[in-house]
Amino acid sequence: MARSSLSLVFAGSGGSGAMTAGTLFLRAAAGAGYFGVMTQLFGAQVRGGESAALVQISNEPIECQPDRFDVFFAIDWDKVDQFAAEIPLDKNSVVISDPSAGAIPASIAKSKPRALSVVMSDPTMTRLARAMRGKRSNIFVAGLAGTLAGIVAAELRAALETVLGHKSEEVMAANAAALENGIKAAAAIDLDLRVTEPKHESRWLITGNEAIGLGALRGGIKFVGCYPITPATDLVEWLSPQLHSMGGRLILAEDELASINMVLGASYGGQPAMTVTAGPGLSLMTEAIGLGVAAEIPAVIVDVMRAGPSTGIASKTEQSDLNIAIFGGHGDAPRIVIAPLSVGDCLATGEWAVYVAEALQTPVIVLSDQMIGQAKAIILPPSKRPEPMKRRTNGGASGAQFKRYALTADPITPMPLPGTEGYEWVAEGLTHNEAGLPVSGASAHVAQINKRAKKLEQFDPGELWGEVYGQGDTAILTFGSSVAPAREAARRLTNAGRPTRVIALRVLSPVPFKPLAAALKDVRRVLVLEQNHSGQLYRHLLGQKALPVSAESIARPGPLPFRPAEITAHIA
Amino acid sequence: MSDTATVETHCVRDLVEKDFSSGAHPIWCPGCGDYGVLAGLESALVKLGRPPHEVALVSGIGCSSRLPGYMSCYGFHGVHGRALAAATGLKLARPDLEVITVGGDGDGFSIGGNHFIHACRRNVDMLYLVMDNRVYGMTKGQPSPTTEPDWDSSLTPGGIGIRPFNPISMAIAAGANFVARGFSGDPKGLADLIVEAIKWPGFAFLEVLSPCITFRPEEFDWKGKVRHDAVAVKNDRAAAAAAALTDDGFSLGVLFRGAEAAAEVSSQVRSSLAAIEQQFMVGATQ
Repeated sequence: MARSSLSLVFAGSGGSGAMTAGTLFLRAAAGAGYFGVMTQLFGAQVRGGESAALVQISNEPIECQPDRFDVFFAIDWDKVDQFAAEIPLDKNSVVISDPSAGAIPASIAKSKPRALSVVMSDPTMTRLARAMRGKRSNIFVAGLAGTLAGIVAAELRAALETVLGHKSEEVMAANAAALENGIKAAAAIDLDLRVTEPKHESRWLITGNEAIGLGALRGGIKFVGCYPITPATDLVEWLSPQLHSMGGRLILAEDELASINMVLGASYGGQPAMTVTAGPGLSLMTEAIGLGVAAEIPAVIVDVMRAGPSTGIASKTEQSDLNIAIFGGHGDAPRIVIAPLSVGDCLATGEWAVYVAEALQTPVIVLSDQMIGQAKAIILPPSKRPEPMKRRTNGGASGAQFKRYALTADPITPMPLPGTEGYEWVAEGLTHNEAGLPVSGASAHVAQINKRAKKLEQFDPGELWGEVYGQGDTAILTFGSSVAPAREAARRLTNAGRPTRVIALRVLSPVPFKPLAAALKDVRRVLVLEQNHSGQLYRHLLGQKALPVSAESIARPGPLPFRPAEITAHIA
Repeated sequence: MSDTATVETHCVRDLVEKDFSSGAHPIWCPGCGDYGVLAGLESALVKLGRPPHEVALVSGIGCSSRLPGYMSCYGFHGVHGRALAAATGLKLARPDLEVITVGGDGDGFSIGGNHFIHACRRNVDMLYLVMDNRVYGMTKGQPSPTTEPDWDSSLTPGGIGIRPFNPISMAIAAGANFVARGFSGDPKGLADLIVEAIKWPGFAFLEVLSPCITFRPEEFDWKGKVRHDAVAVKNDRAAAAAAALTDDGFSLGVLFRGAEAAAEVSSQVRSSLAAIEQQFMVGATQ
């Protein structure tokens, strides 16, 4: 009987190609019509270290990490102990390994999974051939796994061509042979991994990082100043050639300080501009973000959050930059903070971030995280695009000392494009009067702080404030990558007779008070779920009186993702 | 009296210095060298014929960095040390504008030192003018990177004891395409240097000796120490950098002209969103 979803692990040491096995499997599943998601675990080495690909496929969209994995394909057992905690198995799990790899390590065996032995290479291959051409066990395993899952050989072969087709003919011949051997080996294995037949809808295969990049392009970003940092680097590596092909430019700055300041300069010049970083980079940028707030300059700052504080764990996820995103920087410098709810939502959120920054003439921080950013997901093509909004450049009386920072009824005042005669203005980080001249008096200082605060107060995100999933008098309130496991947990609780809804915030600051209050109507118990130690979202909302004092906090640091069973255990 | 616009005029009417003044009263002390720099800059822009709305002045923090507010051009008064980064972003977004970065020796060589090096490397077509008074004036008298090691201050009794930064040699070594030194006490000569620097392709660095008469009154003597055209202009980068290392810091004029082309800034649309989105599509409609 077919299952509704399947979860697999491909693990091995550097050079064993665990990632490729996972990528091949996911690509083949995509071709076969499935939904799915792949995340990765890395060892500490820069290249070629031990790694594990965690893949799930389903006939419906799937994104959260499972409570436990169905099948563990061990290409070899080197250093797998370090991943054991992140790959929960149980006695219903199946571990498939090559007998030549040795005994199953205790860290895996202790879950008492069913063990199967499969020779993962061509048994007729000589030792010399193996040494020279490699065993290609990973390709074998991908073929085996795909076939056991009911994916036809044609899709597996097509996936091989798509993923590795750029390699030499000789390599591809060896790969093709390994794939066929894996496909053939499935027949001898008593294991049915077939998933319910999917509907073959048109879908996208994309990572969260790519989706934010594409969203920003849709939003009209023309300039990116950036500095590489894990796990954000692949976002700008994807974006760079695309942006260039659209007439924009990406500058590799000397550091994050230069990155954000270049963005402000380009934005002042009229081009929608963006930078992309992670926690340590965001820390560096806080001063310039304050400048963007004070001088009222649009800017998009993407933070792909990772485990902190300080250098933390670069390659693993956490949701602990909320505080610095909302409050980072001296003085009262409020800004917009938004967070995508899923890989697919990265597209709309990335696009919307540009519009909001341009319309409100202020920095917008997009809080993604490593889990969403580097997850490769098969998703329904995002259909709803946010309404475009543009920068207000026209208006106001021309002449000497144009009043860029005029105290009008509308706190959003025109920012003429440099080059426009008669409207010259200086973007000013010092406290300034209406004309932008530095002043140190109380009335101008207070008036300008109020002007900027009013921009945020009157900001109405409309439908984009967040999403409510399901119904019930218990609510899990959360954001980012915690939304997916929260939804699965809520689904299970509801099915078990404990109706539970999920309130997923897209706008984290300013707090969307009205829609949040509406979402909390008839809720008797609200739990704030977040992947950080101090309960940053919980304290933020409580401090803003946006939650009842009875609200509870489920907060723990990364790097381990929330799993649905962990959440339901809190609520039961 | 008005100067007529030069050959490179971008508008028909004659510009005068007054067109470039915002009317705001500078916070600078009477006698500050920066007044001379302001005058030189206004003259230069008149000679170049670029009207105020086509010019953008970018600065950081310090007395010198207040300059954009005193001119009627577009401007960006950012945070300490980051002016060159902002100017780079602005110029790449708007190559049509005349982007001029101004600031002091602290803003430029201390907190801004890293951006100074990389701006010289990038060789984007813009001018960086540093008003060097060898002191932190805004914060009332601490040594800057160009201060003599034995200059006494309350923060560093007996002097900071560190070898001063040599911005000329640093700029040449890092890749600036035009390097010169001016003096605030000679606004006319300075104007000519500014014009030449702007016209030369690539990144131009102009160090302007600009005395702080409040915290370094001894700098009043600079007018007797500067030497005009004392150095033969070097087109050889290594020789020019070496010469700068042995110069006493008072040679005025062009010290280096490089042969690099300015950084490429153009970018064309060659694709579309629809084409880019194709790469992600899987399934039935493929």
